[in-house]
Amino acid sequence: MSKKLIDLRNISKSYNGQLVLDDLNLYIRENEFLTLLGPSGCGKTTTLRILGGFETPDSGNVIFDGQDITKLPPNKRQLNTVFQKYALFTHMTIAENIAFGLKIKNKSKSYIDDKIKYALKLVNLDGFENRMPDSLSGGQQQRIAIARAIVNEPKVLLLDEPLGALDLKLRQDMQYELIRLKNELGITFIYVTHDQEEALTMSDTIVVMNQGYIQQIGTPETIYNEPENAFVADFIGESNIISSTMIEDRLVEILGTKFPCVDTGFGNNTPVDVVIRPEDVVLTRPENGVIKGVVTHLIFKGVHYEMEVTANGYEWLVHSTGMYPVGTEVGINVDPFNIQIMNKPASEDEEAAKIDE
Amino acid sequence: MNKKKMLGIPYYFWAAMFIVIPLGMVFYYGLTDKTGAFTLENITAIASPEHSKALFLALLLSFIATIICLLLAYPLAMILCGMNVNQHSFIVLLFILPMWMNFLLRTLAWQTLLEKTGVINSVLTFLKLPTLNIINTPYAIILGMVYNFLPFMVLPIYNSLSKIDGNVINAAKDLGANNVQVFTKITLPLTVPGIISGITMVFIPALTTFVISKLLGGSKVLLIGNVVEEEFTQASNWHLGSGLSIVLMIFIIINMVLSAIFDKDGEGSVL
Repeated sequence: MSKKLIDLRNISKSYNGQLVLDDLNLYIRENEFLTLLGPSGCGKTTTLRILGGFETPDSGNVIFDGQDITKLPPNKRQLNTVFQKYALFTHMTIAENIAFGLKIKNKSKSYIDDKIKYALKLVNLDGFENRMPDSLSGGQQQRIAIARAIVNEPKVLLLDEPLGALDLKLRQDMQYELIRLKNELGITFIYVTHDQEEALTMSDTIVVMNQGYIQQIGTPETIYNEPENAFVADFIGESNIISSTMIEDRLVEILGTKFPCVDTGFGNNTPVDVVIRPEDVVLTRPENGVIKGVVTHLIFKGVHYEMEVTANGYEWLVHSTGMYPVGTEVGINVDPFNIQIMNKPASEDEEAAKIDE
Repeated sequence: MNKKKMLGIPYYFWAAMFIVIPLGMVFYYGLTDKTGAFTLENITAIASPEHSKALFLALLLSFIATIICLLLAYPLAMILCGMNVNQHSFIVLLFILPMWMNFLLRTLAWQTLLEKTGVINSVLTFLKLPTLNIINTPYAIILGMVYNFLPFMVLPIYNSLSKIDGNVINAAKDLGANNVQVFTKITLPLTVPGIISGITMVFIPALTTFVISKLLGGSKVLLIGNVVEEEFTQASNWHLGSGLSIVLMIFIIINMVLSAIFDKDGEGSVL
């Protein structure tokens, strides 16, 4: 594993008496693509602004490469930001926009010209030097904003929902562009988004935040397959979250029926939350299922059908490529490996997550 | 003609009666002599020492007043932009409030304040300080111009300042610019339309004023506006008055063209 580059220690911040970040601790490794993911108002943008130097935390420290930069103004920091809605300088050409940071650092003209060429090539916009920002499409402006930031060779690039204003197709293309860029540049990306798909596609590490608290940190696979609490499970993709009882290790009682599972260490007869992803609910003939139910809704979604099945008094959300018409009696099976057991919210921050749903 | 266009009829009528026809009359009188024959004499009359001196003085005083307005208004507009909504609407109100009062009244008030035995000098005498003798001098006229036209400079600058996205400023800082560089490279260039608009809105009324110079300059300081006024009211020479007005109009048009070049999107306009 590469070394720690940024360390956020006990960061708290409030606006007008309202707590936005509460004792946040987080470290970021060199060369990592880290995503801060959460609903609006969860504190992700504030965290990014504290990293960029646009906000000062009420308490806590920001350590960058071993140095405390908590009070350092943005123009003295070795990181650059790509802002939401691009924030290009509309009175300057594309070349002048990209050269801005370099001119301030008094780089030579030939160095700057080379850098502009290099940056435009990197974002696939060769030949745009003399265009004005207004004449570019949203996707192109976004790429210029990235080019403007990376010519300064920052160790860290901060991206504040950079794809938020783009349409779906462009957003997907840009996701691949960003992964490519990150690999070519070999620097750390810290990315803020509320789009879980974006986070899952690009990140090495995802930090799920809610109400100023970190809910879970992990790889996309861990976050998706093993959410630690109901908020994470619900925010990352669709899921069936069912209040259940852990009978003993590897056996859980869901809606009155016992299911084998793979989790251990929750104790005996403990109330828990169970997460089952809709694509992990297997529909079969009624006589073959662990529990029986009736299909109540059916929608065609393209890659799969989305169904709702009422069984044991719960509306199960099911994604399946097989189609069962409304009114069909079906049996439900779940692979033990696909049953994710979570502790009931006990601490205050997890409670906060619950209320937010 | 569709229904929407019909709604414009009262205005077209108004414009024809009170803008187009009077303008036509100014040109008719300006380009004819008393017998009605075509002449350029009324225009070339500006070259006479008396007239050109009044024009030059008017240009000079309104230029100085515009510069002072700009220097006062820009920092003020920046302060206004940095305030939260509650404070700022109060300050804006303070600024707009005098504009609701009659222009003549405000200028007369300055006359009373500045007089040799006026309010300001009474206080100064009471405090045993040297008195201020600027009434009936060009200084008093500049003071009157600045006082009356300052809001017209503040508002367009404030307007274009408040349109700058905070993240554009942040982006400049992020790229290494210090506060001075942010101002000279980002804020100032982005507010050029507002500055130009403000200059137009101060310079033109200042250039053509005759009330301010009459009330605060006495009869000692004559601006081109006063000359034109006198030709109409006292000398009853409408031909000469119109001719000089046309000359003045040329300066106004130059100013308007300049502002149209710099403010293409109408960004700085407030009215």
